[in-house]
Amino acid sequence: MNAIHLDNMTLGYDRHPAVHHLSGHFARGSLTAIVGPNGAGKSTLLKGIAGALKPLEGSLRLQERARLAYLPQSADIDQSFPISVYDLVAMGLWSRRGLFGRIGSSHRIAAAIEAVGLGGFEARVIGTLSGGQMQRALFARLLLQDADIMLLDEPFTAIDSKTTSDLLALVQRWHDEQRTVIAVLHDLETVRLHFPDTLLIAREAVSWGATGDVLTPSNLLKARRMIEAFDNGASPCSRAA
Amino acid sequence: MGMNLYQLFLAPYVEFDFMRRALVGITALALSGAPVGVFLMLRRMSLTGDAMAHAILPGAALGYLAAGFSLPAMTLGGLAAGVIVATLAGLVARLSVLKEDASLAAFYLISLALGVAIISMKGSAVDLFHVLFGNVLALDDQVLLLLAAVTTATLVIMSVIYRPLVMECVDPGFLKSVSGMGSTVHLAFLGLAVLNLVAGFSALGTLLAVGMMMLPAATARLWTADITWLILLAIFFGMVAGYGGLTLSYHLDAGIPSGPAIILAAGGAYIASLFLGRQGGWVWRLLPGRHLRG
Repeated sequence: MNAIHLDNMTLGYDRHPAVHHLSGHFARGSLTAIVGPNGAGKSTLLKGIAGALKPLEGSLRLQERARLAYLPQSADIDQSFPISVYDLVAMGLWSRRGLFGRIGSSHRIAAAIEAVGLGGFEARVIGTLSGGQMQRALFARLLLQDADIMLLDEPFTAIDSKTTSDLLALVQRWHDEQRTVIAVLHDLETVRLHFPDTLLIAREAVSWGATGDVLTPSNLLKARRMIEAFDNGASPCSRAA
Repeated sequence: MGMNLYQLFLAPYVEFDFMRRALVGITALALSGAPVGVFLMLRRMSLTGDAMAHAILPGAALGYLAAGFSLPAMTLGGLAAGVIVATLAGLVARLSVLKEDASLAAFYLISLALGVAIISMKGSAVDLFHVLFGNVLALDDQVLLLLAAVTTATLVIMSVIYRPLVMECVDPGFLKSVSGMGSTVHLAFLGLAVLNLVAGFSALGTLLAVGMMMLPAATARLWTADITWLILLAIFFGMVAGYGGLTLSYHLDAGIPSGPAIILAAGGAYIASLFLGRQGGWVWRLLPGRHLRG
C-alpha cells in the first residue's frame, strides 16, 4: 500500500524545474529522510507533496482520504504576534473544530503540550520562546493534527541537541503508529540512526531506498557533481514526458 | 471656577442633542474600528490603512460633485474608490518593481491631491474642511444608522473570521496547508477596513478616520501582549478618547474642532502609554526592579 505515489513528476517555479522527472512511492507507514546538496529541490519536493505547488509535469497521488500535516521551515511564522503557546498549539485542531467548534477545555491540547515537554508554558507568548521551544510547540500542533502523512522540512536545523532527541522520539512514535513520515534533513548521522528509508536527490532522484544502500560515498559524490553541473541557461527539457 | 463634576462630565450630553449623537457615533466607531485597527497593526499594515483612508477621498469627492453633501452618494463613492485602490496597490506591488508600501504612498498622494482638486472645483473651503476633518457634531439620523450598520457588520464578520484571521497573521503557511480560506479571509478583512474608513470618514473626515483605528490599537499594544485583551483595550481606549475629546472640545473656548480633539485625546493616551505602558514603557525601563526568582 502506498501513501504517496509519484509518476514522472517535475516541480518548479515559473517553468524552471527544481525537481525533475521523479517517479516512485512512499509506502504507508514508512519513515523517509530526504537528503541532498543545497539547491537540490528538497523543500520544493515537500511543498509539492503538501499540495502547495502544482507539478509542472507528471503527477502525484495520495492515499485516499489521507490527512496531511506539513511543517515548513519556521521562518514563515510571525513570532511577534501576541498569541499564547496554548492558542498556537490549538490551531492543530482546525480541521476538526473549524470556525466555531469549542476548543475551550480540550485535554488533548494540554496532553500535546505535555508530550513535547512544554508543560507550564501554556500561557507564554510565542515571542518569548527560544528556537528549540518554538519547534517543540510546532510539534505539539502537529500532534493535534493527527495526520496520516507528516511532512517535516528541516525540523532540526538550528535546534539544540536535547530538543532534537526529544523530537526524534516523537517522530519515532509517529512511525510506530503507522503514520507516513517524510523529513528533509541535513545531518546524515541523524538519518542513518533514525530513518530506515532515504531519498537522495540532486534536482532528480540519485538514489531511493533503504538508508544503508542510499547513503554510500559514491552516491553522495554523484549528487554533489550533479548540482555543480547544473546549467542556468538550460534549453527546454527534451526527455520524454 | 464654579464648575462641578456634573457640569464638567455630564451636562454637555444631557443638555445638547448634538453632543449625544456625537458620543453615540464615536462610540460605535471605537467599537468597530479598534478591532480592525488591531489586526492592521499586527499585520504591519498600519500604513496601508492610512493610504486606503486617503484613497477614499476622490471617490467621496465625486459623490459630492454629483449630489452635493449627500451621505449615500459620498459613502458609495468612497467605498468604490477604497476597494479600487486597495486592489490596484496590490496589483502594482505584484506587477512592478515597487514594494507595496511605495506603491501605496504613490496612490495615496495622488488620491489626496485629486480629491482636494475635485471638491474645490465645486465646493467652498468649509466643505473641504468637513471632508478632510469630518463634522462629528453634525451626525444626523442617516449617518448614525450607517455607523450602527457598519459596526454591527464588522463585529459579526470579525467574529466569523476571527480564528482563520489570527492563523493567517501568525502562520499563513499553516492556514494554507489546512484550509483554502486564507485569501477569502484576507479580502474580507480588507473589505472591513475600507468599510470602517468610510464610516469614520463621515464623522472624522478622510485625514482623521484612520486615527480612530490605529491610535487605540497602538496604545493597547503598549499595555498587553495578549490578543484578546489587545482588542478589548483598544475598544476601551477608543471610547475613552471619543468621550474625552468631545468633552474637551465642548469646554475649551478656544474652539478646537471636535474631530481633531478626539484624535488628540487618543494621541495623548498613546504618548502617555509610551512612558507608562507595561509592555516596554520607558518609565519601567528606567526603574529596573530586581529580577524575578526562577
